Amino acid sequence: MDFELSDEQRLLKDSVERLTTQRYDFETRKKFMAEPDGWSRAMWKQYVDLGLTALPFAEEHGGVGGGPVETMIVMEAFGRALALEPYLATVVLGGGFLARGASDAVKGELLPKVAAGETLLAFAHIERQARYDLADVAATAKKDGAGYLLNGEKSLALHGDVADRLIVSARLSGDQRSKNGIGLFLVDAKAAGVSRRGYPTMDGLRAAEISLANVKVGADDVIGEPGNAYPLIERVTDSAIAALAAEAVGAMGAMHEITVDYLKQRKQFGVPIGNFQVLQHRAGDMLIALEQARSMAMLATMMSEEENAAERRKAISAAKVQIGRSGKIVGQGAIQLHGGIGMTMEYKVGHYFKRVTMIDTMFGDADHHLAALARMGGIVGKASAS
Amino acid sequence: MDLRFTPEENAFRDEVRTFFKENLPDGIRKKAAEGIRYVKEDIVTWQRILNKKGWAVPHWPKEYGGTGWSPVQLYIFKEEMQQAPAPEPLPFGTMMVGPVIIAFGREDQKQKYLPRIRNLDDWWCQGFSEPGAGSDLASLKTSAKREGDHYIINGQKTWTTSAQYADWIFVLCRTDTAAKKQEGITFILVDMKTPGITVRPIQTIDGSHEVNEVFFDDVKVPVENRIYEENKGWDCAKFLLGNERSGIARVGASKAQVRRLKEIASMERIGDKPLIEDERFAMKIAAIEVELKALEMTQLRVVAAERTRKGNRPDPASSILKIKGSEIQQGISELLMEAIGPYALPDQFRHDDRWNEPPVGPDYAPPLAPQYFNWRKISIYGGSNEIQKNIIAKAILGL
Ligand SMILES: Cc1cc2nc3c(=O)[nH]c(=O)nc-3n(C[C@H](O)[C@H](O)[C@H](O)COP(=O)(O)OP(=O)(O)OC[C@H]3O[C@@H](n4cnc5c(N)ncnc54)[C@H](O)[C@@H]3O)c2cc1C
Repeated sequence: MDFELSDEQRLLKDSVERLTTQRYDFETRKKFMAEPDGWSRAMWKQYVDLGLTALPFAEEHGGVGGGPVETMIVMEAFGRALALEPYLATVVLGGGFLARGASDAVKGELLPKVAAGETLLAFAHIERQARYDLADVAATAKKDGAGYLLNGEKSLALHGDVADRLIVSARLSGDQRSKNGIGLFLVDAKAAGVSRRGYPTMDGLRAAEISLANVKVGADDVIGEPGNAYPLIERVTDSAIAALAAEAVGAMGAMHEITVDYLKQRKQFGVPIGNFQVLQHRAGDMLIALEQARSMAMLATMMSEEENAAERRKAISAAKVQIGRSGKIVGQGAIQLHGGIGMTMEYKVGHYFKRVTMIDTMFGDADHHLAALARMGGIVGKASAS
Repeated sequence: MDLRFTPEENAFRDEVRTFFKENLPDGIRKKAAEGIRYVKEDIVTWQRILNKKGWAVPHWPKEYGGTGWSPVQLYIFKEEMQQAPAPEPLPFGTMMVGPVIIAFGREDQKQKYLPRIRNLDDWWCQGFSEPGAGSDLASLKTSAKREGDHYIINGQKTWTTSAQYADWIFVLCRTDTAAKKQEGITFILVDMKTPGITVRPIQTIDGSHEVNEVFFDDVKVPVENRIYEENKGWDCAKFLLGNERSGIARVGASKAQVRRLKEIASMERIGDKPLIEDERFAMKIAAIEVELKALEMTQLRVVAAERTRKGNRPDPASSILKIKGSEIQQGISELLMEAIGPYALPDQFRHDDRWNEPPVGPDYAPPLAPQYFNWRKISIYGGSNEIQKNIIAKAILGL
């Protein structure tokens, strides 16, 4: 049992945190948000220089060979900074699909570009009717010579507006909600038949609606096993959930610190409001929620590479439940303890609250994962024989 | 004990409901149902329709335009209004400064201001809170110095709702810095067009503009604009805050929101069925309905007790209504956001000119996440929920 970071990981943590504290203060973030892409290309370059975009990839593909702990370190720092860049979409999701499912030729060609920050990726999977069901795919893939022809409507693709390549899910066979019959395809975002509509999200990031009308993809553009890509979707989504959990912990931690500082500074009735015991207790409850979330984010991180899919899924669902619930306790508490100032766009706390709230809606909210976990029989063990 | 309303009360409910049905303009009704914000004209239009009918300020004494209805009738009226759903009259005039003028003002002040409040000829805003004086309102610093027939006001108010539309603001000012903090405060009415007033918008986390900072820089106000005596403004403020609290349970509005929630949950799908048939979600809705029903019963008990209450001191039980009412409203806003699942994500709610592209996801989704964020305010304003619990501890429990 060891919760300590290695020397190398500590170094990574220090350098990412130095970068974000020096270059990603709240005012600068506002300027980044106003840039044409809604995030900063200059910051992206900094991530590249630090090796962050290369982090999880194998050395042969220009990567650093880092694991989920490294991703956790980066995402937590991004959570504190409320970073806007498409790291989750490109490196964790897109990169994850390529690394685990693309042909050697595609990996050899694309991964070095992703690692170098030159190619941006997005996961175009969610559909309007799917809610949080990962297997609910109505878009179709029809065999077309050696390749496929894709048709359908994809929604809420994180950073889908800027991506150069899209990882698109489409159904080859089976019912709309069947886990069998789904394929994944690498699609050039500028290919004929692809149209995109980008928009801002509630937390200040970006997403896109994507239409596919007779989009042609070649045999090499298949990711994973055509018709049997669902396990890969689950697997990469699980890494994304672990990464989001770490990001949420970063955001919650920052939110909690700001709130405790405020309790010490803000005076009413001639004393710091932190003197009022009811506020002390609420700040204590927030800390408990934060630490429970941190523990579960660690669990998710350490389990995200677990080969046993059932055990992995249980841990990930449990973590997502905790993140959602803690996010509410910390976020709502942070606003309440600030009074009016917490309600304002000019103040940072509300932006953390919005990000954490939106993380709950990504890849299944707390209720969705609670139900999933219950169906899997819970996480502690079977009924005792009495 | 009898749960039923009397036949007269039921007839009254029918009359009110019919009037709302026939007179509330469709466009305004739709906005409330869809969670779209009213613009100033909506509220003015509706207030004038009510005023023409004689129902602009039913809770005021008859001589100033009230209806003389019983507390139960007033309750029914309000509930029907919220459920219509119609815009509620701008509280700053009809619920706040109007009753203060009636209780503390001079006859000439009543003649001058009250008719214009009834008809919403004047849009009022509330200048109480300051950057340093929120929960501890009595520590306010905005000063009014007497110079002959005028007060010269300097200082800053904040969180002033709808100051950007306001014709008038009522302000609490410090007129005696030596006295105990509650005893040096004066209640003054200020024309927003007076030179020296600057309004600066504050954007809230949902992206809307409802609150403002209001700066006073040597603002010269005639002494005749003072309400009640100099240094006695705290009496007016306490009276006003008590009224504010009891108006805040919003049972009718929450019923309308629950119906909206059910409508959305029956349009959203989870797996192969409507979300409303998902047992987990249905139980969450039912749980909030239980809370709401309990609040309604509690409110009815308070209303019934009002018939026999003496004086115009607000019932400390109104703190219970404020706390539960705010928690229920916030809980419903949370479920509304949850109901749309991942479609909470797109930010497509533009408050001034609505998003004119087709919506991302269902057309009912855009206002729901912003509403969830915006409604966190309900447990902060009108005396925060922590302050309400302090009131309960002191005034009800004697602790
Ligand atoms: C959207 C919005 C609209 C508003 N509109 C108006 C308006 O039109 N006019 C106007 O005058 N004001 C308005 N307000 C101001 C509102 O009344 C204040 O925000 C409120 O009184 C709280 O004050 P504050 O924001 O300074 O918070 P603070 O008083 O600083 O409170 C911060 C935290 O400390 C807690 N706290 C403070 N004192 C105690 C105590 N003794 N015991 C326990 N906990 C305590 C509070 O509950 C809160 O959680 C509005 C506020 C909002 C958010």
